[in-house]
Amino acid sequence: MDEALLRSLTPGVIAILVRRGADFAAAEDAVQDALVEAVRVGAADPSPSPSDGRTPVRDLKAWLVTVAWRRFLDAERADAARRRREAAVDEEPAPGPVPGADDTLRLYFLCAHPSLTPSSAVALTLRAVGGLTTRQIAEACLVPEATMAQRISRAKRTVSGVRFDQPGDVATVLRVLYLVFNEGYSGDVDLVAEAIRLTRQLAAAIDHPEVAGLLALMLLHHARRAARTAPDGSLVPLAEQDRAAWDTAAVAEGIGILQAALARDRLGEFQAQAAIAALHADARTAEETDWVQVVEWYDELLRLTDSPVVRLNRAVAVGEADGARAGLAALAGLDPSLPRYAAVAAYLHERDGDLDAAARLYVEAARKAPDLAERDHLTRQAARLNARR
Amino acid sequence: MAKYLLLKHYRGGPPAACDVPMDRWTPEEISAHVKYMQDFAARLEGTGEFVDAQALAPEGTFVRYDGEGRPPVTDGPFAETKDLIAGWMVIDVDSYERALELAGELSAAPGAGGEPIHEWLELRPFLTAPPTITE
Repeated sequence: MDEALLRSLTPGVIAILVRRGADFAAAEDAVQDALVEAVRVGAADPSPSPSDGRTPVRDLKAWLVTVAWRRFLDAERADAARRRREAAVDEEPAPGPVPGADDTLRLYFLCAHPSLTPSSAVALTLRAVGGLTTRQIAEACLVPEATMAQRISRAKRTVSGVRFDQPGDVATVLRVLYLVFNEGYSGDVDLVAEAIRLTRQLAAAIDHPEVAGLLALMLLHHARRAARTAPDGSLVPLAEQDRAAWDTAAVAEGIGILQAALARDRLGEFQAQAAIAALHADARTAEETDWVQVVEWYDELLRLTDSPVVRLNRAVAVGEADGARAGLAALAGLDPSLPRYAAVAAYLHERDGDLDAAARLYVEAARKAPDLAERDHLTRQAARLNARR
Repeated sequence: MAKYLLLKHYRGGPPAACDVPMDRWTPEEISAHVKYMQDFAARLEGTGEFVDAQALAPEGTFVRYDGEGRPPVTDGPFAETKDLIAGWMVIDVDSYERALELAGELSAAPGAGGEPIHEWLELRPFLTAPPTITE
């Protein structure tokens, strides 16, 4: 059963139904039904066994369109409130050739429409573009299935008035995919892998350097995944990671995509972030990291975003490139209530030899850490320093 | 995209604005209070923000390990414990501001005389899984 292939066809099939006159919400429901049916009858199996008397499905997409369209018609007929459409949909149109890439792209725009809240855009994208079931999305987001079902149906209502062929903004789509990527892993669906798949599919549908930049960023971070946590789940800082455990194929692919994007000379935030990730990925040891270049890329990133979080990260890089004093100087003027400010200050103070201040700041950073692994890591740093006294 | 715990305390929070104990309310007022809670949870399910709601019995037992091969030691219940948790609701929302707004609404559940009880709720963010991009 090739579930990935099946799911990759989802946006295209929804788009075909919408072009035939179905509204987006109904088309999306019908395609979900068709996906379930495809799994049930094994339509995506590479070679059905001859004994069960089925003929292999030659064109899976056409099969899905046919089944989904029937489901849609059934639902429409059953829905008395929609009788006005009946005349239009009674005859089944021939499944003519439909260009895939543009339709897929429009579906990305619709699911990331600015009228949606971030969490609804994520949920709708995972369902209508990703082809995941409501249950899978609920498990991945750690909420009850009923809650996720409501979130998705509200999202569908929110975009019900949006014209399907209206051009959208790539930046909003990229923000949604970035959120999916950062949502991480829980349940039986790996949202990190799913985000990469959806960004790859988007990159195939539209030629845009920032889409390539985000894909490169994702690949370069994903490449380090196995090295980032110890078997007990504790965080391993970048400098201490076993670089042999990095996925060199993903690093190479990410760097290749990034270089092609940078050559277009339309720099954006994701390309700059990917460039920083690439400099880390490129260093065979932590000591070989080209921190001067990392600082330069942070300067570019600041020029593009002027974000205090970027300034904070830049201070770490300055500390490595020019020494802890310089890093602390770069920290001056930043708001101490920024997330991870205390952790950065602790690290720089330790490098500067002020172990008392560092220990105190690590304790503070642990108290403010937004996730458990990070809190434990910072507590261990404080304990390590306190044990020396 | 962020989960919060709305924690209801029997006591241990700031001084209560409404000091009529629930057993002095009319049965109708109690029913109205319970219904408000249920409607609130149902509405959050409708907005796709509900995760969980549970109530706890007021009395509990402290338990701890007491060495290999020995049964756990129990202690309590302690009627005079400073803090007492009554129950909670877990929500999954887009922002801290939205969490504040919802906690404010939940705190407006009606009590004696049908007036909002202005109950103090403690709002606590969940620690999450580490984000994929951290470095």
